[in-house]
Amino acid sequence: MYVGRERPTGGFELFAWFFMRISGVVLILLVLGHLAIMHVINTVDEIDFEFVAARWRSPFWRTYDLVMLWLALLHGLNGLRMVIDDYVHRKGWRVVTLTALALVGFVLLTMGTQIILTFEAPASRATAGLP
Amino acid sequence: MRVVLKIKRFNPERDREPYWAEYEVDVEPVDRVLDALEYVKWHLDGTLAFRRSCAHGICGSDAMLINGRNRLACKVLVKELGARITVEPLRGFPVIKDLVVDMEGFFAKYRAIKPYLINDEPPPETERRQSPEERARFDDTTKCILCAACTTSCPSFWANGEYIGPAAIVNAHRFIFDSRDRGAAERLAVLNARLGVWRCRTIFNCVEACPRGIDVTRAIAEVKRALLFSSL
Repeated sequence: MYVGRERPTGGFELFAWFFMRISGVVLILLVLGHLAIMHVINTVDEIDFEFVAARWRSPFWRTYDLVMLWLALLHGLNGLRMVIDDYVHRKGWRVVTLTALALVGFVLLTMGTQIILTFEAPASRATAGLP
Repeated sequence: MRVVLKIKRFNPERDREPYWAEYEVDVEPVDRVLDALEYVKWHLDGTLAFRRSCAHGICGSDAMLINGRNRLACKVLVKELGARITVEPLRGFPVIKDLVVDMEGFFAKYRAIKPYLINDEPPPETERRQSPEERARFDDTTKCILCAACTTSCPSFWANGEYIGPAAIVNAHRFIFDSRDRGAAERLAVLNARLGVWRCRTIFNCVEACPRGIDVTRAIAEVKRALLFSSL
């Protein structure tokens, strides 16, 4: 293949496609780990506020959850964007659905990120005001 | 051997909806579906419309949906299908009449990828030479006969008819990886658009549909890779 002339580079669609591949592979590991910790190693009966607070005392698990949140949400949002691209052809509806998708994505991403970053683990249940 | 041909028919001047018509035909087991269709047209119902030209799997005129799969009517033998054969027009194209579909949009996309040699360097004294290895690089995609069996088997195309489709990408691949060609950048720019190569979800229907045995999804992946690696 001849490469002398300048080739098209970048572009949002190319980036989105590549992101889906990378995030997909990383998510397999992160989500399996998450499932193992939250549903297999520890049963649902053992998981309570204290359990989550204890996990989030460690920066490692906060980073883990933050990365998982961003990758999973963006992966899912981009998937929905593709579905809209495929099936919503009328211009007005495209604007409405894509705007709604972006808004929902922004709100969820902001809320999730804020909680993960600013959550302060109380010393015990009592100080958290829980029974 | 007696077979029942069930054909999806539609005449826009008369019918509001497509309907199924059945014809009983006596054929040899080694006759092709095209022979059965021609028997219907010549002896049973002259109003049946379908395209065919060379009748030998090269011109790409008679791709249609036969027993639920995109095939060339001239390449499928009746004995492979059994006593009941259903024939429908290709999916995703507007039907002009019966099995004849409007392929204008299909060829517009084919033209969009510039399916001709682009090279404005002065021609050499003899010819633009190429090694057997360089020729082999794009051999698979030279086999395309533009029958549209791949594009009309593609769910991405069914969902969004603006998608450039596997056939156009295959023909772009044929020139992008040709060592004599200098137009790769122009073609890749077309394929990098929103409705270009990234619409492909590697469903592999195109590979199954291709009557020429082209590894279509691999060709598409190679174009994706060329775009990705020229960006990294």
